[in-house]
Amino acid sequence: MTPFADRTGRRLIAGLPTIWLVALFLIPFLIVLKLSFSEMRLAIPPYAPFIEWRHGWPVPALHLSNYAFLFTDPLYVRSYLYSLRVAAVSTAICLAVGYPMAYAIARASPAWRTALLMLVMLPFWTSFLLRVYAWIGLLQNDGLVNHVLLALGLVHRPVRLLQTDFAVYIGIVYAYLPFMILPLYANLEKHDPELLEAAADLGARPFRRFLRITLPLSLPGIAAGALLVFIPAVGEYIVPSLLGRTDQLMIGRVLSDEFFENRDWPVASAVAILMLLLLVVPILLLQRLERRALEAPK
Amino acid sequence: MNAAGRFPRTMLAIGLAFLYVPIASLIVYSFNNSRLVTVWDAAHSPTLKWYWALLSDDQIVRAAWLSIRIALLAATAASVLGTLGGVALARLGPFRGRALLAGLVPAPIVMPEVITGLALLLLFVALEEAIGWPRGVGVVTIALAHITFCMAYVAVVVQSRFAGFDESLEEAAMDLGARPATVFMRITLPLIAPAVAAGWLLSFTLSWDDLVITQFVAGPGSSTLPMVIFSKVRLGVSPDVNALATLLVLAVAIGIGATAVLLRYRERRRVRDVQLAAADS
Repeated sequence: MTPFADRTGRRLIAGLPTIWLVALFLIPFLIVLKLSFSEMRLAIPPYAPFIEWRHGWPVPALHLSNYAFLFTDPLYVRSYLYSLRVAAVSTAICLAVGYPMAYAIARASPAWRTALLMLVMLPFWTSFLLRVYAWIGLLQNDGLVNHVLLALGLVHRPVRLLQTDFAVYIGIVYAYLPFMILPLYANLEKHDPELLEAAADLGARPFRRFLRITLPLSLPGIAAGALLVFIPAVGEYIVPSLLGRTDQLMIGRVLSDEFFENRDWPVASAVAILMLLLLVVPILLLQRLERRALEAPK
Repeated sequence: MNAAGRFPRTMLAIGLAFLYVPIASLIVYSFNNSRLVTVWDAAHSPTLKWYWALLSDDQIVRAAWLSIRIALLAATAASVLGTLGGVALARLGPFRGRALLAGLVPAPIVMPEVITGLALLLLFVALEEAIGWPRGVGVVTIALAHITFCMAYVAVVVQSRFAGFDESLEEAAMDLGARPATVFMRITLPLIAPAVAAGWLLSFTLSWDDLVITQFVAGPGSSTLPMVIFSKVRLGVSPDVNALATLLVLAVAIGIGATAVLLRYRERRRVRDVQLAAADS
């Protein structure tokens, strides 16, 4: 017996969140999809009606001109490719830094483990915006990083660090590192130490044990962490706006400019739909991984 | 600390330094007298003048107050809707529309924020065209948007809490004649309460900090704190923002510290109760 057999109760429990998400997530998204096939108008709202009348018959207005436009102006294709590159490089750096960190936490004593996890999570609870902002002060020409570089004699005059790709990588890695560490930790913590002991008994050296046992077992954790960093990084807006280049925009910024500066809502919608198409495969992969993690016995 | 090897432990130390040096620099320079954030004015520092500047800045105080109210409302509404969603997915078994709900719940979490913001604004504009509501964008539309992405996080947290759930307690209450609604309120809800609380806190933080989605659905006169901060720091460093960040870090540290103490206290009490029960029998 369960308390969830009552019919009205069941309808209420499932119905309310479903209605909310359909009304405020699914339908808005369908509007974006529809708008991406519409033409811009200098009116309020600034787009042509969804239905056109031809010879007295209603015809759905489907124009591919916005998409054609995105492919004719190299600005857009370049921004898409740049966003993918920035996201890929940042994800790789996150993995390189986050994997050993997660590993060290998973192998620490239980008391240390809780404290270390808390230390990793604490910045996440403070403001994303302010944490990115902190890097403006560190990376500017007379900032801390340049002071250190000068003091170490690595450079002889301040290097321009702000408004470079490097600053964007730093910002994204800094903001998303906990998202890489947590799924990796959750995975690494479950490994059975006896497997490594058995391998050691059979004469495998530490690096070989890592390559043949730990690394393959942690692949789901690597995939989950990488996707959790990569997906938001592609559409990242705050980091490139505060730290990034002004001559090469990421696609999230292009979308926002198209909407707010050019007031071209149909093109902004087409930019959004194409961005989503790039992310469909990573998003589906992530959902599959998470469903598996949720359904796995604890 | 052992068994990890030297390389991972070194990387952990470097990584934690990487996470905390920027936060530490914000805190240190919030006490600096000089407006140039990078030059330490040793003669006149430390000073609290940026804190006074912050607290007497009308625009910031008003924006902070607006953000707090929106975050309280969004977190509470999202906790109710998200808990229902999590319970539906974890406990209702098969029902019509389950696939729809299961597909929609994680969607706002993975959707790039610029797209969610654009989509919500287009909805509000289309709604106003069609039925005259909402009248323009502002606090109402910001709250609706925040509830939507926050409830997704709550639903996921609540759903995963059910993974190790012991249904025999509910069954016992049902056998003793309790009505389904009573069982839910007295048994189920207290058992998943930590997840709901975590979801509420997460929602509050996300709502309080959101910039990208909010920028799309906010109107003139409804600038939230992140919007004000963003327009200030776009032009470079601003020492009063450092003071604000310091206060925020302090609040979060106190909150997390209090939570840790509370959890330890409850754990100790539970252990003691178990020992007492064992001694009694």
